Amino acid sequence: MAFAAFGSATPAKTSGPVKSGGRVALFLLLPGLAYLAAFFLTPLISLIVTSLQVPSVSGGYGTYDYALAIGNYWDVIASYYPQILRSFGFALVATVFALLISYPLAYFIGVTARRWPLLQGLMLTLVIAPFFISFLLRTFAWKQLFSNESWIVTTLQSLHVLSPDQYLVGTPFMVIFGLTYNFIPFMTLPLYTSLERLDIRLLEAGADLYATPAKIFRKITLPITMPGIISGTLLTFIPIAGDYVNASGDFLGGTGTAMIGNVVESKYLVQNNYPAASALSVLLMGAILLLVTFYVRRSGTEDLL
Amino acid sequence: MNKPLPEDPMMQDLIKMARRHQLTRRAALATAGGTAAALALAACAPTGSKTLTPAKDVSATDPSLIWSNWSLYIDVDDKGNYPTLQKFKAETGITVEYREDYDDNDSYFGKVKDQLALGQDIGADLTCPTQWMAARWINLGYVQTFDNANLPNKKNLQPAYLGASYDPKRDLSLPYQGILAGLAYNKRAYKEATGKDAPETLEDLWNPALKGRVGVLSEMRDTIGLILMANGIKIGEESSLTEAAFMDAIDFFASKVTDGQVSKIKGNSYKEDLVNGDTIAAIAWSGDIVQLNAEAGEEIFGFVLPTSGATISADCFVIPMGATHKANAEKLMNFYYDPTNAATLAAYVNYITPVMGAKEEAMKIDPILAENQLIFPSEATLSVCQSFRALTNAEDMAFTAAFQNIKLGA
Repeated sequence: MAFAAFGSATPAKTSGPVKSGGRVALFLLLPGLAYLAAFFLTPLISLIVTSLQVPSVSGGYGTYDYALAIGNYWDVIASYYPQILRSFGFALVATVFALLISYPLAYFIGVTARRWPLLQGLMLTLVIAPFFISFLLRTFAWKQLFSNESWIVTTLQSLHVLSPDQYLVGTPFMVIFGLTYNFIPFMTLPLYTSLERLDIRLLEAGADLYATPAKIFRKITLPITMPGIISGTLLTFIPIAGDYVNASGDFLGGTGTAMIGNVVESKYLVQNNYPAASALSVLLMGAILLLVTFYVRRSGTEDLL
Repeated sequence: MNKPLPEDPMMQDLIKMARRHQLTRRAALATAGGTAAALALAACAPTGSKTLTPAKDVSATDPSLIWSNWSLYIDVDDKGNYPTLQKFKAETGITVEYREDYDDNDSYFGKVKDQLALGQDIGADLTCPTQWMAARWINLGYVQTFDNANLPNKKNLQPAYLGASYDPKRDLSLPYQGILAGLAYNKRAYKEATGKDAPETLEDLWNPALKGRVGVLSEMRDTIGLILMANGIKIGEESSLTEAAFMDAIDFFASKVTDGQVSKIKGNSYKEDLVNGDTIAAIAWSGDIVQLNAEAGEEIFGFVLPTSGATISADCFVIPMGATHKANAEKLMNFYYDPTNAATLAAYVNYITPVMGAKEEAMKIDPILAENQLIFPSEATLSVCQSFRALTNAEDMAFTAAFQNIKLGA
């Protein structure tokens, strides 16, 4: 019977202390909740509301009226599904490349270099050092290095790797290159933190039990560093999917490499088509949320995050 | 994550009930938050078209001015100073902060639109949108009316610039420079690639030898304007420039982008591609090329007006509603409408000056300059030039979207 009282809408006296404790908790939570309401919930609602607007009949250029135009979503999907798919394709490839490059690097810094703390510190600094220069400048530097008349391109052309009318800037290769380059530190650092804590004795134990190095890596190192891999891939994949700098025609991209971020930028800043830009942003968020949920579930690492 | 529930079914029920209790509280909070947010939103929502009022002018007490302009659009000396602005300061005591942050009409508008709509300061007291964009600002009520008492030199305006439908007496917008869009090319590379000395018509840009090395402007009215004229369309006339004609030109342009002939679609930053050699031939603005040659110290680039047709337009001074240095801005405009100053500026930027008497002044500085068809065009030069007609809002949105989709490869 006591259960029924507990579950009822008007709680019995016994729940008094619980409630006051709840009040204190609520009070302490207030700043956080207010922050979330102001800087997450409000923009999110605003975004969704905007995504359903229709062009104003009477107003000036780039003005919109509130409506419930769900069709906006179908329109942007129908017009821009290649860019949406390309975003996730590029993000996947760049994340895999970043992982392949970062893992050995992080292993070297976090495990092999343990004996030389100075070298370890130096290498970590080198990983972070590029952040001291704006990534826009660094991306721009790559663009200059790979420009059509650069020695890299002319050398590749004379070696017949590229045909005389083939160039690098504006190709998917260049965009993926830029994305991988720019996000390698975001992959290396989480990997380093989990590799740095790797207990070498476990590897020695594996060797004592006659496991091959490959098997030790597969059965011990990899599972232990999985949290690093998961957080590294998430930290790279999510921002890459929404990146618009590398694929922009002003940087490494061209007309055939536009990603969803470039479409949003064009819709919002150039065409003043806010509903389409918002619809695309909501779609991007939804898609990333779904993919990440699926990925985390599949890799069975919910508790590690 | 959640711990597994205890075995005891009574305990299980208890925990589930407690959780449900928690959930409703959370739901209630969320609802409250959502409502508050929605209310906040409603409060922020624009309340329809209200008339904006000019910001308070502090020119009398603050002798400064921020001018936001396109790049390669003012005289620069070897030290990176702006001689005309220094002269202006010597004459009036007003310090001008000159910014080259106007790369493209659409993107600049996108950047400052919200402040403009609220009548707030956009961070510039004076800026120079192209006439169609200036017309949009005027129609939306975003700019201040000039005080003609501060602009005695306005009498020097070429009469051809008067009578525009959006501002017949030029009380809201004053031309800074007239612009021609034609073809720029890298002289040596163009000769090597095609065997010809210079492009003559737009058709020459579609030469397969230039595949991947052709650039065009992200200014729709110039790029599509040139294509339309090559198709025999009169871009100034509503009966000739129809939606169908425009979309034909868009399809043609899209095919050139898809097959890789055109590799760059850019705003003012197209000049970097010319300099680093990515582009051999491009649709470009007349004055930039002369300045690039001057910077390089040799005649690397050439510029021609294609016989198939070139576009003519003007960038106009406007003072946004939120600008707080209106009188200073007017003094600056007045300064550049002095024929001597206009000639000095024209001699450097190589755009068409809208100021009468500048040609005579230019004669005194440099007679060859005064004969330059790109600065002081003759009737014959102007005969290949057409001005893009005004578009309705619906046309503007549809045309811009079609043009931008090509840029996005969609």
